[in-house]
Amino acid sequence: MIKLNVNGQDVQVDVEPDTPLLWVLRDTLGLTGTKYGCGMALCGACTVHLNGQPTRSCVTPVSAVGEQRVTTIEGLAPERSHPVQKAWLELDVPQCGYCQSGQIMSAAALLAQKPQPTDQDIDDAMAGNICRCGTYPRIRAAIHRAAELSGEKTSGSAG
Amino acid sequence: MSVARREFLKSTALISGGLIIGMHLPGCSNKPAGHAGPVQNFDYNAWLRIGTDSSITFLCDRSEMGQGVYTALPMLIAEELGVAVNRIKVEFAPAGVAYTNNLLGTQITGGSTSVRDAWEKLRKAGAQARTMLLTAAAKEWGLSPANCRVEQDATIVSPYGKRLSFGDVAEAAAKLPPPENVTLKDAASFKVIGTSAKRLDTQFKVDGRAQYGIDVRLPDMLYAALAQPPMLGGKVKRFDDSAAKTMPGYKATVQTSSGVAVVADSWWRARKARDALKIEWDAGPNAHLSDASIMQGLQRAAPAAGKVARKDGDVDAALKSAAKKISREYQLPLLAHATLEPQNCTADVRADKCDIYVPTQIQLVAQAAAAQAAGLKPEQVNVHTTFLGGGFGRRLDVDFIPAAVEVSKAVGKPVKLLWTREDDTTHDTYRPPAFDTIQAGFDKEGRLTAFKLHLVGPSITARLFPAVVEKAIDPFAIEAAANYPYDVPNVQVDYLQHEIGINVGYMRSVSHALNCFVVESFMDELAWEAKKDPVEFRMGLLAKQPRYREVLRMATQEARYGSPPKGHFHGVAVMEGYGTYMAQVAEISLQPDGKVKVHRVVCAVDCGQTVNPDTVMAQVEGAIVFGLSAALWGEINLQNGRVQQTNFDTYRLVRMPETPRIDTYIVESSAAPGGIGEPATALIAPALANAVYAATGKRLRSLPLARHRLA
Repeated sequence: MIKLNVNGQDVQVDVEPDTPLLWVLRDTLGLTGTKYGCGMALCGACTVHLNGQPTRSCVTPVSAVGEQRVTTIEGLAPERSHPVQKAWLELDVPQCGYCQSGQIMSAAALLAQKPQPTDQDIDDAMAGNICRCGTYPRIRAAIHRAAELSGEKTSGSAG
Repeated sequence: MSVARREFLKSTALISGGLIIGMHLPGCSNKPAGHAGPVQNFDYNAWLRIGTDSSITFLCDRSEMGQGVYTALPMLIAEELGVAVNRIKVEFAPAGVAYTNNLLGTQITGGSTSVRDAWEKLRKAGAQARTMLLTAAAKEWGLSPANCRVEQDATIVSPYGKRLSFGDVAEAAAKLPPPENVTLKDAASFKVIGTSAKRLDTQFKVDGRAQYGIDVRLPDMLYAALAQPPMLGGKVKRFDDSAAKTMPGYKATVQTSSGVAVVADSWWRARKARDALKIEWDAGPNAHLSDASIMQGLQRAAPAAGKVARKDGDVDAALKSAAKKISREYQLPLLAHATLEPQNCTADVRADKCDIYVPTQIQLVAQAAAAQAAGLKPEQVNVHTTFLGGGFGRRLDVDFIPAAVEVSKAVGKPVKLLWTREDDTTHDTYRPPAFDTIQAGFDKEGRLTAFKLHLVGPSITARLFPAVVEKAIDPFAIEAAANYPYDVPNVQVDYLQHEIGINVGYMRSVSHALNCFVVESFMDELAWEAKKDPVEFRMGLLAKQPRYREVLRMATQEARYGSPPKGHFHGVAVMEGYGTYMAQVAEISLQPDGKVKVHRVVCAVDCGQTVNPDTVMAQVEGAIVFGLSAALWGEINLQNGRVQQTNFDTYRLVRMPETPRIDTYIVESSAAPGGIGEPATALIAPALANAVYAATGKRLRSLPLARHRLA
């Protein structure tokens, strides 16, 4: 049995230690919001957070997770309340939507580190996430918008 | 299931609607609160269902693959029904002849036809239901329906202010005969159509709830991974699964019509066990096939005449008497669709029925394929369409369905069969390659008098819809060619079908992407030959084509064509496809290492009446990025019948840093709607190639750009 903490819940899973975290999330735990795209950390569809760091779950053996907190798209924020989700809704970013869990997790991690990212920061942080529908222009705009929304929230609570 | 897992499922159910077992698609899972007693639903027609709780359900008969039918089609209903679009819940329709796409002859999502096909049909469906609801309410009040009206919140109001909800009259109204003739609103009174209504599916796509085929979970379901012949067209000779059998979670090995499947209790285990199979393959007819031999085959076939698609005047005589004659050859490679969700199908075969849960663009064909594999009649197969993780035409093929059905039948349980990325890249039905020859003649005065285009390539339609091409030319091979818009007295376009030994498939914008590259690159060549500016040259030949002229004018004006920033260069292309007129200006620069950087693309689009302008913009943006991947790097190579590209390291796609700024301008129009999912894909390659010529003097007569050395 391998112990994990996923979206704030302690769970135990009975899988081979080399099983990628992606398939534990999807098939063992039923958290299908995290997607399989390439299996080689080339497309970013499987991006989750380990202690807040964006991580490709398709190449992360479950045995390597240890005590790190796993956050998936389902656990990012209640009721789509994360500024990134709000900005995504506002700009209607997704088309087919398949890559968007990964895009959102990468963007949320970027904003946690750089609250006011530049276009270059966005290029660097998002280059690992493929969107075959080509929603990149809206993803870029929505990340800037999410930065604004986060700023509004901060100043609002301060005032 | 372990206690830990059961608890986990319970505790996370609140934040993860996608956990619900079975096909409970978001958008149709929440029963509205506040209604006492069981809700009854009544069908008003094939698309519209109204409940006693006033819920309005639209059965979406087109597949949602990103292009926005999940929102645009209910907008058509909402316009005539008289309610706000977000009052409508969307469910995916089953397979059925009632859902035939009248433009293509079967239930199919493709050809940028969804809105065009639905335009009258769904507005009429909405108007019929409104009339029935009004009639039922008026009857209850003893009034004339003409004096009553529908309000946005799904209520009917009498002239005296009395109100009945849709739910109150849902049953009575459904029993009325649907009115034969309904008057549809004119464009001036549209309240929903033409507005950028928010997409109804975004909410499910920002929190992981949207269910794609890969996400389907059924009780007792097993998982399968499939080994297919690495050489296209190969077959299984013999296999040894003794190692696979010893692996954790292994359940069964099933030889299918397409390879050997291993079944296990999770997909990762199935995949590992599959990789432990030892299979001897019969290479089949393509043992020596390569992309080079395919192109040589097309080239060798090229001297033969094809079927004539367009003939104005006498092109051969005009070429003979031309003062200046230009003759060129263009080549285009095979391409893979690379939907981000790999092909998959979940099948549950029982003695007397079969359910398939599948991301498909072609429900009745999927149903027939599953029926054949299960040994059942088509009507015994239920097709459950999921959200599609990209379509782009890949899911017009059903090659991934039979194996899932065969495996489920063999093991007697529901089975989800999922391809790996490598399976997907190496077993696509690829975009056809082309070897085209093109000639033009100028007379002594420098007027373009002859244009002759000879297209050579394999036919997709001949394989998928053979009846269509029995007597006629393949209509999906001559797009953006037969409709050559320029005012030239002698024009001939013909198409020679030449098969290449592997299956080719429809891919976003289909032959538009091939032919627009050839025609618009060549028109650019002719402009430079004529020593004219490429835009001026085109405009001079488009005097009778106001819609082409307007998009070209608009795109070049917005792009400040002719005065690009220092070190930047412009290229243009213009096209009509799917009833939509479009022009693009690509702005590029050449980096010191010889690589091209695309800075900006300006696109002007006249797609007639827009249903949702924001979706139009989104489709233009996405289609340009899609076409840019192909133009920059896209090619599938074969050696000894094996596809060489396997994953996104070898099949490169545009990412965030390479994405140009894209500015889209829409021409205001009340003309009939044109298609928008595909056309923008086709123009970026020629616009880019023409910009490369402006920058370097190098003419790209083949793609991708990565094949060419520019510095």
